[in-house]
Amino acid sequence: MTRYVLVRLGNGLFVLWAALTVSFMVLHLVPGDAVTVMLRGRGGEGSSVDPAAADALRAQLGLDRPLYAQYLDFVWGAVRLDFGTSFATGDEVSAVLGRSLPPTLELAAAALLLTLVAGVAAAVTASLLPSAPLRSAVWSVTVAGGAVPSFWTGIILLQVFSFRLGWFPAFGEGDLSRLVLPAFALALPGIGTLTQVLGRSLRTALADPYVRTARAKGASRLRATTVHALRNAAIPAMTLFGMMVGGIVAGAVITETVFSRPGLGTLTAKAIDTHDFPVIRALVFLVGALYVLINLAVDLVYPKVDPRIVLRSA
Amino acid sequence: MTDTTAGPTTGAPTHPAPGSTPCTTSDATSAPTPDSAADAATAAAGPEGPDPLLALTDLQVSYATRRGVVHAVRGASLTVPAGRTVALVGESGSGKSSAGLAVLGLLPDGTGPVRGSIRLAGRELVGLPDRVLRGIRGREIGFIPQDPRASLNPVQRVGTQVAEVLRIHRLSRGRAETERRVRELLGEAGLPDPGRTAEQFPHELSGGMCQRVLIAIALAGRPRLLIADEPTSALDVTVQRRILDHLAEVTRQAGTGLLLITHDLAVAAERADLVAVMSQGRIVETGPSADVIGAPRHPYTRELVAAAPSLTAPPAAATAPAAGPLLTVENLRRVFRARPAPAGRREAASPAGRGRITAVDGVSFTLARGGSLGIVGESGSGKSTLANLLLRLDRPDAGRIVLDGVDLATVPPARLRRLRRNIQPVFQDSYGSLDPAFTVAEAIAEPLRAFGVRKRARAERVAELLDLVRLPAATAGRRPAELSGGQRQRVSIARALALTPRLLVLDEPVSALDVSVQARILTLLAELRAELGLGYVFISHDLAVIRQVCDLVLVMRRGRAVEQGRVTEVFARPQHPYTRELLAAVPGRPPTPARSLT
Amino acid sequence: MSVTTAPPGGAPQDHRQHQDDRDHRERDREQGRSRAGRRLRRLAGRPGLLLAVLYLALVLGWTVAPGLFAGQDPLHTDPAQSLVAPGSEHWFGTDNLGRDVYARVVHGARVSLVAGLLAVGLALLAGSVLGALAGYLTGWLDHLLMRVVEVLVVIPGLLLSLTVVSILGFGTTHVAIAVGIAGIPGFARVARAEVLRIRGSAYVQAAVAGGNRTPAILVRHILPNASPPVLVLAALDIGGAVLSISALSFLGYGAAPPAPELGAMVSEGRDYMTTAWWLTTFPGLTIALVVLATSRVARALERTGVSS
Repeated sequence: MTRYVLVRLGNGLFVLWAALTVSFMVLHLVPGDAVTVMLRGRGGEGSSVDPAAADALRAQLGLDRPLYAQYLDFVWGAVRLDFGTSFATGDEVSAVLGRSLPPTLELAAAALLLTLVAGVAAAVTASLLPSAPLRSAVWSVTVAGGAVPSFWTGIILLQVFSFRLGWFPAFGEGDLSRLVLPAFALALPGIGTLTQVLGRSLRTALADPYVRTARAKGASRLRATTVHALRNAAIPAMTLFGMMVGGIVAGAVITETVFSRPGLGTLTAKAIDTHDFPVIRALVFLVGALYVLINLAVDLVYPKVDPRIVLRSA
Repeated sequence: MTDTTAGPTTGAPTHPAPGSTPCTTSDATSAPTPDSAADAATAAAGPEGPDPLLALTDLQVSYATRRGVVHAVRGASLTVPAGRTVALVGESGSGKSSAGLAVLGLLPDGTGPVRGSIRLAGRELVGLPDRVLRGIRGREIGFIPQDPRASLNPVQRVGTQVAEVLRIHRLSRGRAETERRVRELLGEAGLPDPGRTAEQFPHELSGGMCQRVLIAIALAGRPRLLIADEPTSALDVTVQRRILDHLAEVTRQAGTGLLLITHDLAVAAERADLVAVMSQGRIVETGPSADVIGAPRHPYTRELVAAAPSLTAPPAAATAPAAGPLLTVENLRRVFRARPAPAGRREAASPAGRGRITAVDGVSFTLARGGSLGIVGESGSGKSTLANLLLRLDRPDAGRIVLDGVDLATVPPARLRRLRRNIQPVFQDSYGSLDPAFTVAEAIAEPLRAFGVRKRARAERVAELLDLVRLPAATAGRRPAELSGGQRQRVSIARALALTPRLLVLDEPVSALDVSVQARILTLLAELRAELGLGYVFISHDLAVIRQVCDLVLVMRRGRAVEQGRVTEVFARPQHPYTRELLAAVPGRPPTPARSLT
Repeated sequence: MSVTTAPPGGAPQDHRQHQDDRDHRERDREQGRSRAGRRLRRLAGRPGLLLAVLYLALVLGWTVAPGLFAGQDPLHTDPAQSLVAPGSEHWFGTDNLGRDVYARVVHGARVSLVAGLLAVGLALLAGSVLGALAGYLTGWLDHLLMRVVEVLVVIPGLLLSLTVVSILGFGTTHVAIAVGIAGIPGFARVARAEVLRIRGSAYVQAAVAGGNRTPAILVRHILPNASPPVLVLAALDIGGAVLSISALSFLGYGAAPPAPELGAMVSEGRDYMTTAWWLTTFPGLTIALVVLATSRVARALERTGVSS
């Protein structure tokens, strides 16, 4: 068990290192260089770049040093969770991230909780419904949920619940009521996907012979579904859930923009607007690390759910 | 349809006396036996009076598929007297399983309303709401399903699953009492260490043990009726015998009625007091087992009885003993490392765990030109690995496979490819062994193409081969999904014959087929062998089939050849204890001492 | 979707049961003879699918000949006609500059669809070549290729696309490429799994025993049988790609302002949320319907196309 966790963490570190290295290399393979891209980005597509200003900026950011030295610095920094200073503002990247993390975590946690509860409830309800048309109706709703662009849902929610009905405040952060609409907008696509994946594996599981055994014991349909089929159907949904965590953090880019909330999402959008590569790299690292850890946690739970699964670090 | 509901008194149920008398499904012709009057008192002792334990009258079940309604059961009538065993026999698609599930009220979604009448001790079950049926299932009717491993919830401990029946029907009070009852029930089902088993998960048990757990579950509510749907067809023959013995024992002791649904006539003949034969949703013949199987009256039953391979029919014709050797296998050996997880992190636990598994362990044999060797063994005996080695789809770790003087084990790849035309496979899974995208003609022509036969000649040869395997020429343009299992297996055989090989390796070629289809394929194989002078290596778990097709037999167990010789000699005078056990376990043989409880 | 269901434990299959199912299917097949006729009849019996097909046909029409469907110029401004509500003159109303929203939606849908197809095409090509190679070669090359895929998976699609866009620069084509790159891992995984599955099948074994050479097996068995699931995934992915592209365009990384793009239109309409609901509603609805319709059609393909 410990060995497994260590091997998996090692793997995760390797993947993270690879992702960081790729993001570092790509930056230096771009036609022109980062500084030109940055300056052009600030001035608009067609603007010319003043060579003197570029040189100054380059020296200031340490980009005039040999590539290997920059790389080693970068890796050493990453190990200490130090990603340098922001190109755009000159602030410490770690400090910027530290400020932006809490509101996004709050939003992501609310959205994940909502996804889990609504997704499982919808999948179970859909598979318990006695009539096929009703079942396919629930099904269609979830498919539609996954098809609607999340930036659009956010706006529609605002239009209806804030402006028309006035139930929830429109923008900003703070109390719980301001979390409801953004969390829902962020969760909606995930709810659709989770319901479909869980619903599908639930349907497969319900056709398995052990469900018939349970029914033959006298168990009700509800009991056969929740006690027997659900746990057997959980593994694919768990895998999906693990992968969704990263997606939700990325989705925060859109939701936070729509709802004008501060957080990692708005930070990302700003960093990309200003070609603030240190911040982008730190974000890649952060989200990647989150992904690795969450998936490791999910994997560690698998054997608890299904005793046939043996964790093996092959 | 020969039967109607039982008359009130005649042929009243008796206490179980295996293989004995009368009847129940009051087939008009079956006369009451002399002792029935005396027995009637015992049988009718229950409060239900003259009502039989289970009576199906004109039962009709239909499924709505996307393109129309399929009538699975079209008016079946049947009775099970209290304490007796009735076998419901039929081939796949005959509606026998649907009839059983209808009694439990557990037909799958998409099934139309059940019509007709199902009476359990006089009480009508058709039309009862699920809430009421729930009280009957598990309590009054126990169910033993088909596939024991898949029928237990893989993520729950065995004990919990047995306890669930007690909980649902409130048959025990408190945790301690429940646990004690669970251990008792597991013990009664013949599990040697009930305390330990209760704590285990299904994947930690063998198939036979799983079936015993399911028996414990079925009997936990002390039901009056058991419905067993193919309870042993997924199990090895020796395990099958033990399970059926046990089932007979417990039903006799508790006086439980048993509806035994099976495709196996021999099992029905051996285990049931009464047999009902089902075909295309109808019950075509009923009566005491000995009568139905000994002297079948309905043409379908006659066909079924004739098709069933048996250990008493005349064996395969022996080949000319003078023929020289075609295939010599010496000390063949294949060791597998327990595989690491394929794609990375998840893997089903293999019972063997890490380490090495010797799948084939020093097997040697010689097959004469035109000879036919049967390889028999239970699951996990290494017989399919052996087939793959002979076909050189896998590389042996040691030993020689000498075909016509060339050792296939060491021959270089290019030469091996040319030599492949002499030895061709027929696999069990007729569906998986044909590329779904190929037409029949393309599939059969594929080996010809690989050996550079021109298009024109290929087409002629395909027509010839279709004719050879008795398929109509029009089959050529069809795709595998449009054919039946038997037809697909004929196509596989045609493909194997395309290059005029000297040897066919047949890996369980008929075990996925119904008996009547199986009989036709076996006849075809026998004819082809005579016509073309082919040699066969015929792998099967079914001794009766081997006896019908082969003149030599090799018995495998755990990778080793424990016994080999002429079929006639090995079957008549088995030397190795394992061979003896295998033979004794075949259902439908005259009772032997091995039948006692083990 | 790269969710895999590991079927742990080898429960012995009951072949007889399967045989039973198949016999039913065979009987079903017998009933209809002509394929085209059957398809049409089936389509008529499924109104949802029919609507999806019709809608996609319409959007395809917009893409091929936008002028035919939208009489007005999407760039033509008319301050006198600004923020007119939907009516007979302007079906979807006009925006703050008096541009016809319907004309902009028609042209915008065209941009989104073309970009979506470009993205999926890129992901399909790169992903399936990578996956098929990994599945076929096995061993350390497989290991290496799948590690590369894993690195791509670690970064969520949208963030990956954003990073790529920040490197390539803004613009619809760049956005499409970025979304395509994010789609590569999914195709690589499915292609690899399919190739592995088919390699182990009995008919490939029979083909080996029949003396076929490896390239022949690859071309005649593995590729034809591995392609349908990969193509279905491509069809399913079009909707997702259109979504991602419009999201990036919403964030302002797509085409420069005057050009119509659905995501950007929603973004521009945000300022008039309270007064002109049509500015955000129609472009958003158009995207949602494209995504729904493609996934509906893809699902139908999945059911019929793969099995036959």
